[in-house]
Order: sequence, then structure tokens, then C-alpha cells
Amino acid sequence: MERAIGGIAAIKGQPDKEVLIQKLQNEVYALQRNKKVQSDITAVELGPIIHAFPKNIFPVGAIHEFISYEATHAAATTGFMMGLSAQLMQTQGNCLWVSTNRTLFPSALKHFGINASRIIFIDLTKPKDVLWAVEEALKCSSLSLVIGEVSDISFNDSRRLQLAVEKSNVTGLLHRFNPRMQNTLASVAKWKVMPVASSLAEELPGVGFSRWRVELLKVRNGKPDVWEVEWSKNSYQFITTQTIGQRISKRKIA
Amino acid sequence: MQKRFVSIWFRHLLTDWFTRRRPELRDVPFVFAAPERGRMIIKAVNPVAAANGIHIGMVVADSRAILPEVQVFNSQQGKDITLLSALAEWCIRYTPIVAIDPPDGLILDVSGCAHLWGGERPYLRDMVTRLSAFGYQVRPGMADTVGCAWAIARFGRLKLIVDAGGQVEALQHLPPVALRLENGIAEKLEKLGLTEIGSFMNMPRAALRRRFGENLLLRLDQALGQGIEYVQPIKPIESYQERLPSLEPIKTAPGIEHALRTLMEKLCKRLSTEEKGLRKAVFKCYRIDGNIQAIDIGTARPSRNVAHLLKLFEIKICQIKPALGIELFVLEAPVVELLSSSQEAIWNFSYNREMEIAELLDRIAVKVGMNTIHRYLPDEHHWPERSYKLATSLQEEATTTWRDDLPRPVHLLPNPELIEVTVAMPDYPPMLFKYKGNLHRVQKADGPERIEQEWWIEQGLYRDYYCIEDDKGERYWLFRLGHYQHAEPKWFIHGFFA
Repeated sequence: MERAIGGIAAIKGQPDKEVLIQKLQNEVYALQRNKKVQSDITAVELGPIIHAFPKNIFPVGAIHEFISYEATHAAATTGFMMGLSAQLMQTQGNCLWVSTNRTLFPSALKHFGINASRIIFIDLTKPKDVLWAVEEALKCSSLSLVIGEVSDISFNDSRRLQLAVEKSNVTGLLHRFNPRMQNTLASVAKWKVMPVASSLAEELPGVGFSRWRVELLKVRNGKPDVWEVEWSKNSYQFITTQTIGQRISKRKIA
Repeated sequence: MQKRFVSIWFRHLLTDWFTRRRPELRDVPFVFAAPERGRMIIKAVNPVAAANGIHIGMVVADSRAILPEVQVFNSQQGKDITLLSALAEWCIRYTPIVAIDPPDGLILDVSGCAHLWGGERPYLRDMVTRLSAFGYQVRPGMADTVGCAWAIARFGRLKLIVDAGGQVEALQHLPPVALRLENGIAEKLEKLGLTEIGSFMNMPRAALRRRFGENLLLRLDQALGQGIEYVQPIKPIESYQERLPSLEPIKTAPGIEHALRTLMEKLCKRLSTEEKGLRKAVFKCYRIDGNIQAIDIGTARPSRNVAHLLKLFEIKICQIKPALGIELFVLEAPVVELLSSSQEAIWNFSYNREMEIAELLDRIAVKVGMNTIHRYLPDEHHWPERSYKLATSLQEEATTTWRDDLPRPVHLLPNPELIEVTVAMPDYPPMLFKYKGNLHRVQKADGPERIEQEWWIEQGLYRDYYCIEDDKGERYWLFRLGHYQHAEPKWFIHGFFA
């Protein structure tokens, strides 16, 4: 009884309260099995996007979900994914790319700083096999990255992938192109990338660098937001430091 | 224990083997020849040719002069050794210790074996009958020593079996060549009138050594049984096979799995002692109704990891139909490769990583097929479809580097798709294009980048590629096939930029 009163007293004090909340947050964070992420940080440079994630750490060893509906959007999504992959694979890692009807052009990956020879492609015919192969690959801790192109995946299947990832600490990127159902998955983040008109300095003619509108639709324990990103000089360049999402929310408040 | 040896002499080893392969040559004189100092020298003669006076060491041209119809074949280097090894392996039915005696003989240590055939005479008769039935002309000799057996097989006139301790008597009247001497010494002996072994057998050893060297004495001692001679028996390669018979017919999956595990552990234990790893394995189940159920696996790298191999089999176990039950399990490894344990044992991070990935790919290959796994290397072609090539293995390294100096789309259509365009002027990018029924207004464009068809590979028109951005900010890779000179050129969409 006394202890409980003591606890309440501690909450009443302002600085103690903050410390306590911090402590509780850490506990919750640990319970959510994000321990590994903390200990084994792969520095993924994401500029302002990183602030959307809890503790400002990009969650590796988790499932990220990407969604796209059109061929051009799929290409933009692949572009953004490749930027992430280059950082996740770094110099030594291997990647497994599991898909049906793959249209990826290996010769283009150098633009994103990826050596395409380090990617092993598994080209399957049945979507069911893709899920199986992705799960098997996610269990293999020697891989640094697994990319799966599956359009339809049930929540239970995504749970299986999540469980596999928790053991092996491999990062999985699922690209869902034109899914029949927009169901929720057990993923740590859900992204949507769309192409945006490029621009060159001083109104020069011609097509500029790839530019995307990156939407983080869902983040576990984080803040979903929208950014405009350009891929140039082998890294992400952020068009506005103030994100679009924040601008919108501020306007609403005003 | 009293030692007994048999020496088998194949009188026409190579030609008999060839006649066995090509029975039509039975009555035709033929020889094997090989080039030597610019001439074709005969290396082997068949009995028909030999009867006509052709002998080994003759020049082919001379033999043609004697017998114009003689057929000449090229002799194969080392063929006699392989033939003898195969015959030696076959002879293991007579004794466990068989050695080859090149160029044309076998030596069998038959101590304590002959009684199983009912005595030495039936033993030798069986051997000769069987080998003759194959088509080989053989002469055996049996004695207490290798040297004596060898001499009897080749030069013995009366008895082929020398009784125990009868070497002196048996060798008495044989020529000195029968002692397996070097050419020079035998000739020297003959020149001195010592045409029989008996004539110098009892000479003082010091005198013999002085005149003919140590070798003669050694050979003499070996033939008479006073010196030791070792034979080097052949070791037949045991096939990588493990068997497990079951008392009761097995019908259940756990039973089969257990059998497989037991066999796999045995096999992998043997592989690890021999520093080998298997590349292919076949698991056969002999059913009691006579049917054989078999499943097989293959691996990308030699492996002797029990857990991994079992996992590969696990997927296929359900294909076995046990029906009434399985009475015998056999696990075979038809393809094995070297896998040194040092490679495995040293804690080498990248190597282990590669192993794990190889094992993962094995599992995928077993389930969905090897042809689904691809890895690409850059290739030196500008034509987009040929700018990369398939790697043949996981370890293959690229000979060139991937390029990033030209814009290339991340998604490339497997086949370029026809589009309708509106172009303001020739050699200009389009203003509008229609793809899959949607109209796209071009806002920005780069190009053209002309890529010529490689005429040494394929004939065709060149492509003028344009990078296009439409009003929605979507980026495309379009090309025009050919030029405007003859007819309206066709436009295609080939890819999507990120």
C-alpha cells in the first residue's frame, strides 16, 4: 500500500514523471521484441523520415510493406526500396529477390549503388511458392535482405514472416503490387511511394532526378507522415525540410 | 602359414579386350600401334597377326609388308593399367589380395583360399575357364613365391602348379628371363652360355654380384623364397552406400524418417572421415511387393551436414508410397566431391554465410526447381536485353562492372510494347503517347540515345531511346524503331523509371 502511494507521489513530481514514462516506454519497447534493433543498429540514413520511427531508429530485422497500384508507381516503389536496400546490404550482404513476373532490370541497379550480382533472384510461377520461399529466406540469417513481390498475403501469413524475422534478424521488404484486398499486415511499417514531377535547377530542359512522394501510412509506435524525396548523388535528398504532413496538421491547428 | 601365389598372364591383353568389344575382329589380324621417334611401332598384337610373324616392337610399315591385310589401331596410353585394375577387382572373388603386375599380368595371394574351390587344381581351372569365357587368353602359374609363379605362368612347360617348396626344381630348366631381369643382364647371361637358371643358381653369390649386380641375386632369392617380396593389393573403391533392412515392414512416415536419419548419419560419418561431401543422394525403399520407391536430392555445394540433407529429403518423403510396407532402405551417394574439413572447421564468417545461403538455395531448388534461381552478371552489350547475362554459379565473378553512366529504367518490360504517339518533328521526342488506352502528355524529355542492333548477333533496326516524363510526373523509357526514311516508324514503350 505504501509502495503504491510512493509511486503516485513520484508521478506527481514533474521530472520523476518523465523519467518514469521513459522507463515504462523502454519496457514496452523491449516487450515488443525490438531489443535486437537497439543492439544491432544498421545506420540507415533517411533524413527526416527517421523521426517517424520510435527512438529515431530505422527498424531492421522487421517486415516493411510497400504498396503500389500502377506500373509507374511500382517502379517508383522499387526505386525507393533500392535506396534502402543499398544501405541494408552495404558492401558484403546478399539479397534474395523472390517474385513472379519480375520486371526488374538488373543493369539499372548501379544507379542506386547496388551490385546486382549480389542479388539472387528466385522467379516463381505460383504466388503460394513465393510466400514459402520468402519465409524460408527470412529464416536464413546469412542474408541481409529479402525482397518479396507478393500481391496478396493474409494477416496470418504475414505473422509467420514476422516470427521468422524475429529469430533471424533479417530485414524483409514486401512489395504488394495491385493487391486485391487492402488488408492489414503484421508489418512494422507500411509505405506508399508515388512518382512526382522532377525538376532541374534553373529551368533546364530535360528529365531530372527521380523524385517521389513517400507516404508512411503506418508505423508501429511511430508517427505516419508524408515526404518528398529525390534520389541523386547516390542518396536521398529531401525537398522540404518541413514535411508536407506537418504543414497540413499545422494548418488544421491554425 | 604357407604362402601360395598365383600369377596370371594375359597373353594378348589389349587385343583380347578389343576383340571382346568388336567380335567381328576375331579372325582378322590387327595390331595396336603408337608413334615412337617418328615411326609407328606396334604395341600389341592379336593371335592371328602373331601367327603370321608380326611381333611387338615391329614397325607398322614392316608388318604391312608381311601381311598387307593387317589392321592398325591407335593404342591408348594407360589402357593396360585400367584393364588390369578392372580385372583385378573382378578377381577379388578368388582372394582378397590381388595386385596388378603391369604390363600384362595379375598377382594373387591365394594363401588359404584354394580349399574353398576343392583344391588348387579346380581353383586354377575355374579361374582359367571363367577368364577364357570372357575372351581372354590366360596362363596361370601357382607357387610358393611370386617370382616362381610369374616364371611358371610365362615360361613353365609341364606343370602350372609348383608344389610347396618345389621352386628350385621348377626353375631349374627355365631361361634366365623368367627371373624378371632387366634386358641387359638376361642377354649377358645367355651370351655366357648360362641359358638355364639351374646353371647359375648354385654359383657363389659374390661372383654373381660382381658380374651381374645386386638385382640378379635379389630376383633369384625372391623366386626361390629366400628373399621377401611384397605385393601391393588393389583397393576397390567402395560405393557410398548404406543399407538398413527392417525386421517388420515399415509403413509410417516417422518410421521412414527414422530409417533415413540412421542411414544419413552413417553416410555422413564416412564422408567426414574421407573429407568428402555429397552432391547427389538417392534414397531407395524396397517394398515387400517388389516395387522400389526412390527419392533423390541434389546440392549446390558438396555437403555432409546431416540436418541440412535431411531437410532436403523431408520435402520429398511424402512422395514415398509404402503400400504394404518397406523391408529394405538403401541410401546412395552417386556423386561425391572433396570437402576438406579445414574449410569447415575454421571459423570463417563469409564461408559460413555462403554455405548457409547455398543450403537455402538447395531447399528452394528441391521444392520449386533449379531453373527458378537466377543470378546476373554484367555483360558488355549496349542492347538492353543483352546488358546482363546469367551467372552459372554462386561464386562466379563478374568480368566487367555494372554501368551507371546512362539512364536505365528500374523496371524493364520483357517485350517492348507498341504505343501510339504524336510527334512534332522527326527525331524529336513525342508530344503525346497512348499506352494501354491512357493518354500521356509529355512534359519533359531527354534523348535520343541511339542503340544499334548488334549485327553479328541479330539483324534489325536501331532504337532511339527517349526518357520521358508525363504530366503526372511518371517517367517512361520509350524508343522509336528505325528512322523516317521509308515508312512511319513504330514507337514502343520499354520500361519505367523510378
